[in-house]
Amino acid sequence: MTADLMLIWPELILTIGGLITLMIGTFLGDRQVGLYQLSALLTLAAAAAAVVALFGVETTVFSGTLSVDGFGGFAKLLIYAASFVSILIAPRFFSGTMRAEYPTLILFAALGMGIMASSRDLMTLYVGLELNSLAAYVLASFMRTDDRSSEAGLKYFVLGALASGMLLYGISLLYGFTGTTDFAGIAKVLGGELNIGLIFGIVFVLAGLGFKISAVPFHMWTPDVYEGAPTPVTTFFASAPKVAAMALMTRVVIDAMGPAVGAWQQIIIFLALASIILGAVGAIGQKNIKRLLAYSSINNVGFMLIGLAAGTQQGVEGVLTYLLVYVVTTLGAFLVVLQLRDADGNQIESIPALAGLSQRRPGLAASMAVFMFSLAGIPPLFGFWPKYLVFEAAVNANLVPLAVAGIVASVIGAFYYIAIIKKMYFDDKSDTEIPAGGGVIVEDAVITASALWLSVIGYLFIPVLAVVSASAAAVLF
Amino acid sequence: MSGFPILSLMLAVPTVAAILCLFVGDRMSRFVALGATLATFVLGCVMWAQFDIGGAQWQFTERADLFGRFQYALGIDGMALMLIMLSVFLMPLCILASWDAIKQRVGLYMAMFLVMETIMIGVFCAQDLLLFYIFFEAGLIPMYFIIGIWGGANRIYAAFKFFLYTLLGSVLMLIAIIAMIHEAGTTDIPTLLVYNFPPEMQIWLWLAFFASLAVKMPMWPVHTWLPDAHVQAPTAGSMILAGVLLKLGAYGFIRFMMPMFPDASAQLMWIVFGLSMIAVVYTSLVALVQSDMKKLIAYSSVAHMAIVTAGLFAFNQQGIEGALIIMLSHGVVSAALFFCVGVIYDRLHTREIDRYGGLAVNMPAYALFFMLFTMASIGLPGTSGFVGEFLSLAGIYEASSWVAFVCTTGIILGAAYMLYLYRRVVFGELTKDDVKAMPDLNPREWAVLAPLAAVALWMGVYPESFLAPMRGDVTTVVARLAPAKPAGDAHLAAGKPKPAKAHGETTHGSSHAGGVQ
Repeated sequence: MTADLMLIWPELILTIGGLITLMIGTFLGDRQVGLYQLSALLTLAAAAAAVVALFGVETTVFSGTLSVDGFGGFAKLLIYAASFVSILIAPRFFSGTMRAEYPTLILFAALGMGIMASSRDLMTLYVGLELNSLAAYVLASFMRTDDRSSEAGLKYFVLGALASGMLLYGISLLYGFTGTTDFAGIAKVLGGELNIGLIFGIVFVLAGLGFKISAVPFHMWTPDVYEGAPTPVTTFFASAPKVAAMALMTRVVIDAMGPAVGAWQQIIIFLALASIILGAVGAIGQKNIKRLLAYSSINNVGFMLIGLAAGTQQGVEGVLTYLLVYVVTTLGAFLVVLQLRDADGNQIESIPALAGLSQRRPGLAASMAVFMFSLAGIPPLFGFWPKYLVFEAAVNANLVPLAVAGIVASVIGAFYYIAIIKKMYFDDKSDTEIPAGGGVIVEDAVITASALWLSVIGYLFIPVLAVVSASAAAVLF
Repeated sequence: MSGFPILSLMLAVPTVAAILCLFVGDRMSRFVALGATLATFVLGCVMWAQFDIGGAQWQFTERADLFGRFQYALGIDGMALMLIMLSVFLMPLCILASWDAIKQRVGLYMAMFLVMETIMIGVFCAQDLLLFYIFFEAGLIPMYFIIGIWGGANRIYAAFKFFLYTLLGSVLMLIAIIAMIHEAGTTDIPTLLVYNFPPEMQIWLWLAFFASLAVKMPMWPVHTWLPDAHVQAPTAGSMILAGVLLKLGAYGFIRFMMPMFPDASAQLMWIVFGLSMIAVVYTSLVALVQSDMKKLIAYSSVAHMAIVTAGLFAFNQQGIEGALIIMLSHGVVSAALFFCVGVIYDRLHTREIDRYGGLAVNMPAYALFFMLFTMASIGLPGTSGFVGEFLSLAGIYEASSWVAFVCTTGIILGAAYMLYLYRRVVFGELTKDDVKAMPDLNPREWAVLAPLAAVALWMGVYPESFLAPMRGDVTTVVARLAPAKPAGDAHLAAGKPKPAKAHGETTHGSSHAGGVQ
């Protein structure tokens, strides 16, 4: 048992750090923003360091319910990085109303997501998922006095509970028909004859997880929650939980359902194509930039699922690379949205107000253009590369029709991305003044760094990425 | 061949200048852009001078394993050299052409043009399939901005149409590229050029490439983005679009589709011939009834490109050489024609043909240049157009006399619409007051038109300068296609020529031998 504890340092650090942050908030008051921010950020940094220290270890702990491996490590690093940025940007947004619950909840959500990414058992899967979800429900309604925020929280909770119900139902079916909750044990049974109960189990588990990654047709909550939640929280929702849920989905599909390819592959293919197409079409009419980015995330999840549908190691590598690039792009895009404030300091979320942004804030508009072209996957921006990888995996797995359908649908997606660029560059200046931001160097630095990385510079990292993602993906095969 | 990375330098100069342009302000950025494009042009000339005709197929090669999965591999053969020369030659002229016409956000404009130049050089010198695709697609971004920001009234529609249309075409090519890399296990273009893909796979790959390149080309019926894009783009944008970007499609045909999928090319050549024949006649007729000058020239571009595709798929030396010369000639001539339109558009701010007339009286120098380029577009002997059209039609005739017959009709129609345009704009009575007030060419316009005219004449009088570097490569392609080549219907029999004079023959024969290896 103690030996096991030595292997879950990241989780331990997050638990303790979360509690410390909570104590600071409780006993020193919510005014001590610097202090609890620092505590939360240090916790995340320490947890990330622990993950790095554990790299190369490949084992399971607590009777095989939780695994410690490179795949989980990769996902955790991404989750912690995204959480780090989400905490970093909060104080300026909430200004007077910042409370210590924010970093605390994010820490606990990160803890839950780490467990999701490394679970090897349906029970740990569910515990991790719920730990993350409960924190997320509260975060969505963090601005108690704001109607939209409360609505977002409630909506997220109700639909999330429904999804959890479906997931649990699927879990119970899988358990009932296989007699185990262990991924490896389930895989063994699925390798044999499939009966209707097992297939129902697979469908319900995938449906529940599909909700978490907001794949179509389980995406309905995404635009509303993204729009209603405070922008730093939306930034968080769009990045870290996507990584965790996608990693979890990959693990469940490859580890637990691996042998029953015929059963899950068509579901994943359907989710992928439906997400790409609906994510693209739904985005076209949007007038709110956060809603648009919500649809964009649905669209991008579809592309990741193409890599997953291949069911090969190459496909999983593609998914991991995609997650990394997606997180960087999403963080950058939301940071740009955070900087959009009118002269009175109110947040600007309407897309028409972006008109002529390139003349008011050339740097910001250029970064946003990079993020948009990158999300659309237009080379030479780095967003092209993960798309290439997932399509390559699909073609190599003999899923050429899927690849063709996906890539043709990506052109629909390109339409609304370039429509944003059109607003910023082609249109005349809107009436809304967007003065230069409050001069938060950290935000500018993150935006600049991610924009530069997503321009051609990212390609120089392909050799490193290839090695890292390959070693992480190899764990599952 | 000193090992000096001249291609990398040619990619770096415009890139650095582009970044510089964003920061130095409007006035300075013009000079930065002009300086950088001229420097790149000089580098291009140095490269041409050092190019070893009849030497190794791939020269100035560079290779660095920067990207892991694919390589930073550059290198050129004669065809790429000529197309790079065309790009770097047109670029400074484009900058000059927009010197006064562009008044807003000049820094961004110049930066976009310089990025465009980098991308074009990159497309032609990429030796890695993925690197090629990245450059190929990247061209959409600057062109989208150029049309969308500095274009005409309906620019946003045109920019969207251009972007989405060409993107839709090229994504299918990406899937084909992935399949090719999977099959051949390499991204190296020289290796892929001699790799024999299974014939049934070739058909699919060919169709996917065709979907992309036919849009870029553009071939009938997917040409509709071109007139919109041309009409709305600023003058220099049209120049570069017609001058170089349209050549990307043809370059893709001869570089990838024909040598990589010879069997499929032979089997599906009827598609290319059929579409080309329709395009030649149909777009020429459409051009005949246009009232907008830019639209007319845009449709004439489609017609010229159709002769290029037909010439390429003739599968013989003359046809392909002729097609390549048309590409170069059309690059120079259509850029010049668009500039000619730009000159009078800057003065009167309309492209309506009926608003002009009688320009020969008050703008004699302009009328002279316009006349020269009109004739070059028609293909009058002595101009660049003649050489290309004659060679390619001779080649096409060898492959199929019917195609040659229809394509020749297109040339007659071409003479009709160009001369009709010229008559309406330049001749006739000088009655309109605002037209009377138009001054003749200024020194800047002279500086743009004179080099274009010189090259158009040079190419018409001594095309050997341009053909010599490409001949070996064409021979290689023809040899690669030979096993799959269908018999033509012309049944040409060799005559009994008199013993040839010494002139030119020696170089001709030796480069043939060099190319076949």
